[in-house]
Amino acid sequence: MLLVILVLMIGGAIFSLEARDLLSAVVAYGIVGFGLVICFLILQAPDLALVQIVVETITLIIMVAVILNSTRKELGVKWASKTVAYIVGSFVFLILFMYFFEKVTSVLSVFGEHLLRMSEAYIEPGAKDTGSANLVTGVIFDYRGYDTLGEATVLFTAVMGVLTVMRLKGRKEE
Amino acid sequence: MKGMTIIVKKVSEILCGVIFLYGIYIVLHGHLTPGGGFAGGVIIAGAFILLIIANGSEKVSLKRKETGTSFTESGAILAFLAVAASGMVVGTVGLFFKNYLPKGHIGRLLSAGFIPVYNIVVGIEVSAALITVFLAFVIFREEVLK
Repeated sequence: MLLVILVLMIGGAIFSLEARDLLSAVVAYGIVGFGLVICFLILQAPDLALVQIVVETITLIIMVAVILNSTRKELGVKWASKTVAYIVGSFVFLILFMYFFEKVTSVLSVFGEHLLRMSEAYIEPGAKDTGSANLVTGVIFDYRGYDTLGEATVLFTAVMGVLTVMRLKGRKEE
Repeated sequence: MKGMTIIVKKVSEILCGVIFLYGIYIVLHGHLTPGGGFAGGVIIAGAFILLIIANGSEKVSLKRKETGTSFTESGAILAFLAVAASGMVVGTVGLFFKNYLPKGHIGRLLSAGFIPVYNIVVGIEVSAALITVFLAFVIFREEVLK
């Protein structure tokens, strides 16, 4: 099930690179994002899936709005023999990579069944230590508080950067 | 940015309040159910972005430019730092990020000490940040077109 969605996501990503029309490229890019949502749900991470589905929807809306305002011209690019060679090479690499990935990961224990000693120290006393019923929130705001502070700071810096770069006209003197 | 047809306007009018409330629910129940400040903040920002896209930028008052949301965002991250730093003052052993409020019963809405407070602050920060970026794209583009 996970593998099918992963293959679909890779196909969507490749199509969005090769699409002639910008709008269809964006829609194909949406396959990647919403496929990731299903992946998170299968891997039992509802917190991440919630964030991913909202962010993906908003980015898709903004990108479609931007593309509808642009010229959206098709490029008359012909496929050179070099391009074909690159694509064939990528596919061979991809198939080999998937083969060895399967072979290596089949040795490991199943995802989520075996606990590390490190994670046991968080999972067992987690609810008692933090008082939070949702362990994820308990980890990100209590055990890993500095991480969250850093993430919030990164977001703040990103907004400052966008405001600085996007402001084409200077601020008026009042 | 111009608004859309009356159908889109009416539906977004009905929906955006519900989406806003849902975002607040996700933020407040961050320590009980999946979600939290980051997810809830993005949902709240989504409600505002829906309103702006459907009704056009004239409907939402943009007179104060982007400074309103930018100010909220900076204030929220300062509040995050202040709440975290308040742990250094309280008690005999001061620690950054110290959770000195009573924990309460696990599973209640008022429990887990400072975690709901952090959730609310981060929710405000994330929603204000996303709205600021969106308004920057809308406002600065209109400035250029003038």
